[in-house]
Amino acid sequence: MLRTTRTLRNAAAALAVLLLSGTAAFAEDPSGKLVIVTSFPKDMTTAFQQAFQKANPKVTVEILNRNTNAGVKYLQETASNNGTDLFWASAPDAFEVLKGAGLLQPYKPQVKGIPDIVGAYPVNDPGGFYAGFAASGYGIMWNTRYMKANNLPIPKEWADLAKPVYYDHVAISAPSRSGTTHLTIETILQGEGWEKGWRTNKELAGNYRTITERSFGVPDGVNSGAFGIGIVIDFFALSSQASGFPVEFAYPTITTIVPANVAVVKNAPNKAAAEGFVDFLLSPKGQEVLLEPAIRRLPVNPVTYEKAPAGYPNPFKDTSLGAQVSFDVNLSQARYNVVDALFDQLVTFQLDDLKAATQAIHKADAALAKKPNDKAKALLGEARDLVAAMPVTAEQAADPQLAGAFTVERKSATDAVPERQAQVEQKWAAFAKENYAAARRKADEAAALVR
Amino acid sequence: MTSLALTRDRIARVRPGPALAALLIAAFLLLFLVVPVVQVIFVAFQDKTTGAFTLVNFADFFRNDLFMRSFANSFYVSAMSVVVASLLALPLAYLTMRFEFRGAVLIQSLGIIPLIMPPFIGAVAMQLLFGRNGSVNLLLRDHFGVSIPFMEGLNGVIFVQSIHYFPFILINLSASLKNIDRAMEESAQNLGCHGFRLFRRIVFPLAMPGYVAGASLVFIKVFDDLGTPLLLNVNDMLAPQAYLRISSIGIADPMGYVISVVLIACSLLALWVSALAMRGKDYATVQRGGGGLAKRRLKPLELVAAYAVVLLILVLVLAPHVGLGLLSFATIWSFSPVPDAFTLKHYQTVFTESGQYITNTLLYASLAALLDVVIGTAIAYLVLRTKLPGRQWLDYIAMAALAVPGVVLGIGYLRSFYGVPMPFTGQPLSNFWLILVFALAIRRLPYALRACTAALQQVSSSLEEAAENLGATKLRTVGRIVVPLMSGGILAGFVTSFATAAVELSATIMLVHSQSDAPLAYGLYVYMQSAAGRGPGAALGVFAVVIVGLGTYLSHVVIERGRRERGQDH
Repeated sequence: MLRTTRTLRNAAAALAVLLLSGTAAFAEDPSGKLVIVTSFPKDMTTAFQQAFQKANPKVTVEILNRNTNAGVKYLQETASNNGTDLFWASAPDAFEVLKGAGLLQPYKPQVKGIPDIVGAYPVNDPGGFYAGFAASGYGIMWNTRYMKANNLPIPKEWADLAKPVYYDHVAISAPSRSGTTHLTIETILQGEGWEKGWRTNKELAGNYRTITERSFGVPDGVNSGAFGIGIVIDFFALSSQASGFPVEFAYPTITTIVPANVAVVKNAPNKAAAEGFVDFLLSPKGQEVLLEPAIRRLPVNPVTYEKAPAGYPNPFKDTSLGAQVSFDVNLSQARYNVVDALFDQLVTFQLDDLKAATQAIHKADAALAKKPNDKAKALLGEARDLVAAMPVTAEQAADPQLAGAFTVERKSATDAVPERQAQVEQKWAAFAKENYAAARRKADEAAALVR
Repeated sequence: MTSLALTRDRIARVRPGPALAALLIAAFLLLFLVVPVVQVIFVAFQDKTTGAFTLVNFADFFRNDLFMRSFANSFYVSAMSVVVASLLALPLAYLTMRFEFRGAVLIQSLGIIPLIMPPFIGAVAMQLLFGRNGSVNLLLRDHFGVSIPFMEGLNGVIFVQSIHYFPFILINLSASLKNIDRAMEESAQNLGCHGFRLFRRIVFPLAMPGYVAGASLVFIKVFDDLGTPLLLNVNDMLAPQAYLRISSIGIADPMGYVISVVLIACSLLALWVSALAMRGKDYATVQRGGGGLAKRRLKPLELVAAYAVVLLILVLVLAPHVGLGLLSFATIWSFSPVPDAFTLKHYQTVFTESGQYITNTLLYASLAALLDVVIGTAIAYLVLRTKLPGRQWLDYIAMAALAVPGVVLGIGYLRSFYGVPMPFTGQPLSNFWLILVFALAIRRLPYALRACTAALQQVSSSLEEAAENLGATKLRTVGRIVVPLMSGGILAGFVTSFATAAVELSATIMLVHSQSDAPLAYGLYVYMQSAAGRGPGAALGVFAVVIVGLGTYLSHVVIERGRRERGQDH
């Protein structure tokens, strides 16, 4: 109730500002039904729906909630007789898929003063097919009761999560299921390089309690205390906190800031209202809705931060936030499916074996700390290398030949036929299984030496 | 089919009736099941680069360790779930049917409630109660320093699935027990057969059709179920593998569809095996009216023991709903045995926001369930009582729906019906809410069909012959003799279809195109995507459970009254 009245007040203020300044944002007054397909939670969509309808009383906003993947599928399947005006979601790659399929309509927002870059990521699509309206960063979320009950220290950096003390306490969602997790994995790979980046990713993974299938599965589990620590996108943690759960959140030094986007769908039945909504999102009043406790996303309009509560993260001021890594979008695109499939085959579906190897390494390491032994140390190093080993190099991963195994485009009959995806995956899975088993044996051997 | 059939009373005399009914059903199945599914799964037989027909994808499936592991896990989990579900269902069914038991109807109704486990929220509730850091384990650890891995890995899937699906066995077994001729039992007793031997040699074999129907449903359902393993983050089983592959962006490779084909094939195989087990046995009994086992009073000590068993089972199987109830009143429930505090505000939120969801659900689920029992009865009759060529295939095709992942059906519907404009409005046909009803009806048809088939198996055809000898037409016989005698089974089918359709999500989520047409499961999904929505989501889940539970209870009361009245007429 409180939130509603505040939203209404905000919207009323927005209307007043618009009337006074006399901007021509609504040259043709939008009206009719505006259909939005979105993956955003109800708390967020309702707030914007009400604010927008208040500013445009002739428009009725209809929200269709679907997860990002299902939303993309829905738009693809319904394109022949499209009834959707806007697609509104986080993951930029979902918009890339739609753009590639020719399902989006370019639109240049009328709002001025939005920077080109947030963190290290471009805010808008260069072709104008979709626009960023909010930013979010990845970080670490933890349940304070769980941490206390298990006597766990508070993690600060990604590398902390690889420490033995966090074994079986951490969770993440699968990058193939969550566009934002994919960006985190890719950021680590780009920040540290292919080999070292995968080493880090697998060392972290050795401590995972579970790898969830939905992005929201991670904050949900931390909220209920099913596991203690989650690698999540900031608004999940901040809105959980605002709902009263005993959770806290921190950005590590190296993180990535990703824009959340909106796009007008091609052949939108109500194009005027759709464009009006995009402009409303980017306008100062629309941006302020993002600051509400249940939403908590980072505005892309820098002036909005003046209204933010103290301590609100500001990617335009805090240079540590996302600025450490310069993100190469093209490289990310080239190996997108390969990185997902590698993570699935080497980590998600081999998690038990990977964890067994990791636990053996942790044990040997602890024994070695008490009683140094060079031979054991060498064995342990070999075990770690076995875990970190990758079946493909960085060059191979970005090779279109390999990526071809993961796309569905029908090629002409003369094209070289790439290997089938299932074949490639089986090879990778077998590689991982063998290496994890060997790593475990070596670690056990090392532990036996110092016993 | 009966109402349809009755209008064709006269045509039936020349016997094209069954053929016509079969054709209508075949057309329905073809249009709303086969065509949409084929639209999607033909990819499994396609070479990815050339588009030519190939079986290489199936070779890949059997060469892949992960898929083979998933296959083995799915099989193990399904088989174990049947065992555990039987352990839960047998005592409940037998005790309430065999003995004078106060509130037997209530116990039977409560036993059905686990079927109505709303998506997402059921698993959240189970984790909060039985998870590694759930209430039970937190208490055990604090007081005894031990914890029990109820919910770890495959254990968790078996645990949740048995609790969730054991009502299939309970309902079908109870219906069968009710239909056993008391004379059989009395003859056995006269010949000196008592106690457990009586149960093992006479009662259980006579109730076999119901048990096999229920057990095969549990097996197939667990084999094909997606939601539970996914929510428990167990992904090395077949159905989750199919779903993960189909629904990931950019990986539109054929393997997901190959797995779907394998799932469908395995379900058909399981059905065939259960049909084989029943073959050559005649379970029909002629006499009606004094049906059901003789009920006897328990001695005080026996009564205490029986109540203890029933209560223990009920506490276990209703645990998810207790958790759900707690969650709906809880402010915050995190890493503690019980919530921090209680509030009514979630119900307030649901009342103001979600009334439409509830009315939509009632409409869709009851229409779908009605369609299911009509088609189910017709198919059962065609299969068991006519000699139409290919009649078995109606049964097989309808049952195959069980194995079609909801996502596949949803996408198939969009592909088949989106391009078709509706008369008058010009809106795509797939946006019409009745399409959602058809999707639900197809998904839940197998439940109704198994129940109806089991019911008809217990009706002796000599009763129909008698009616026909007395001059009744075939259709009159069906309408006045067969269907009334099957009423228990038909009701069981209606209840299972209705209860499960009310909470189905996977096909719904693809087909909902506007909020005003959305059912309750969609509303739940929307709530459960945000931290603040957990309470209201649980409250909406409680509504779902209460509505369906009440519906079940009322239909039990109605049917019991009907039986009693008929019994008095006799």
